[in-house]
Amino acid sequence: MITKRIIPCLDVRDGRVVKGINFEGLKDVSSPVALGQYYSDHGADELVFYDITASHEGRKLFTDILTEVASTIFIPLTVGGGINTLEDFDRVLKCGADKVSVNSGAIRNPTLIGEAAKRYGDQCVVLSVDVKRVDGVFRVFAKGGRENTGMDALEWIKYCVDHGAGEIVVNSIDTDGVKGGFDLEMLRAVCDIVSVPVIASGGAGSIDHFTTLFNTLPGVDAGLAASIFHFGEVAIPDLKNELKKHGIPVRL
Amino acid sequence: MSETVTIIDYGVGNLFSLKSSFAAIGVTATVTADPADLEKAERIILPGVGAFGDAAEKLRVCGMADALKTEAAKGKPIMGICLGMQMLFDKSFEYGEHEGLGLIKGEIRPISDVIPKDLKIPHIGWNALHMKGEHPLFRYIKPNDCVYFVHSFYGADCDDAVIATAEYGAELTAAVASGNVMGCQFHPEKSGPVGLNILKAFCEM
Repeated sequence: MITKRIIPCLDVRDGRVVKGINFEGLKDVSSPVALGQYYSDHGADELVFYDITASHEGRKLFTDILTEVASTIFIPLTVGGGINTLEDFDRVLKCGADKVSVNSGAIRNPTLIGEAAKRYGDQCVVLSVDVKRVDGVFRVFAKGGRENTGMDALEWIKYCVDHGAGEIVVNSIDTDGVKGGFDLEMLRAVCDIVSVPVIASGGAGSIDHFTTLFNTLPGVDAGLAASIFHFGEVAIPDLKNELKKHGIPVRL
Repeated sequence: MSETVTIIDYGVGNLFSLKSSFAAIGVTATVTADPADLEKAERIILPGVGAFGDAAEKLRVCGMADALKTEAAKGKPIMGICLGMQMLFDKSFEYGEHEGLGLIKGEIRPISDVIPKDLKIPHIGWNALHMKGEHPLFRYIKPNDCVYFVHSFYGADCDDAVIATAEYGAELTAAVASGNVMGCQFHPEKSGPVGLNILKAFCEM
């Protein structure tokens, strides 16, 4: 049986992981290589590296860092941030990324996903979408969640999947940072309209939130989180053991 | 003396992770697009990502298909990975009908033929290996160890060659072997320590 994936997300700026990450025994707490290795050794099923400066300052990812990560860590790697063109896909894939996550780049250029899927395959193209309720409707936000595009989120997700997005990361701005649990209502709405893997993001604050997520929504394939893993509030092995106790298939 | 492996480069997919994984287990990997290099290879990896028809054509045109069959007949260890495994089969029904290398008896068919309608395609993620009997490829791993899959087609009618399956609504072919010719549907280079241990076992053959 396919297992539910647990995915830590690392925000990278200028080649360093941002946010004060602190693990016992980890000397360089902001090295993407050291942290990636740590997570890989401690049960992460996949890693997401997100260049947080790239999307709004146009900076390119530091591909040498990515190359180093991909040379030492042998689990799937997804790279996002500043992906605007096929050349951007090419650049990060050559450095060892397995999947490329597009967000604002796809909004600016709606043909990007289709072109990338044709060249690299659907499995390589991940749509990451920041969604927030505006007057009761799910809307797509751009520029790191700062700008309301006015686009209907479910229509946008459907459009991207129809054009070759192989996975969807749904980041709920409404629940992000609140640590009150995943946005089950939003995720359910997405699961109802797509048949590709759905990755839940935004709102995880405890192990229970993951248990509730996977028990309530069997259509969700993975849970993505950043700070609760980085700050050691939830250790991935503990999380997976607990999920297993609840009958949720995980890789131990 | 350190082991060596030769990875076939026929313009399909990314060889970065594969090359790095061999480096991680202390094996010297050489990437080549020259069929003449296969003769002196100790063992050969046939990688592959993408569509079968296109990849099979590329493998034939560059002369690798014939070179690979020659080396297979000599008994040299050969391992196909993902689409590379599928290429070892007689033929594939991925978007039409395409001839494979014919080194593994069987056909490549869509997983939608055998899995329930409500399951997502591709079969993507970590899944447990169900070994059938004992195979040296698995000497360093345990039953039910998880490996990473991404595929929409699978090896069918290859019962004699199946050495492991993974359950996804049906028992799907996960690994095959026929003498010195082996194949993994999953990506050992993306399957953490379990995957590296499979590559290590292959390099000891």
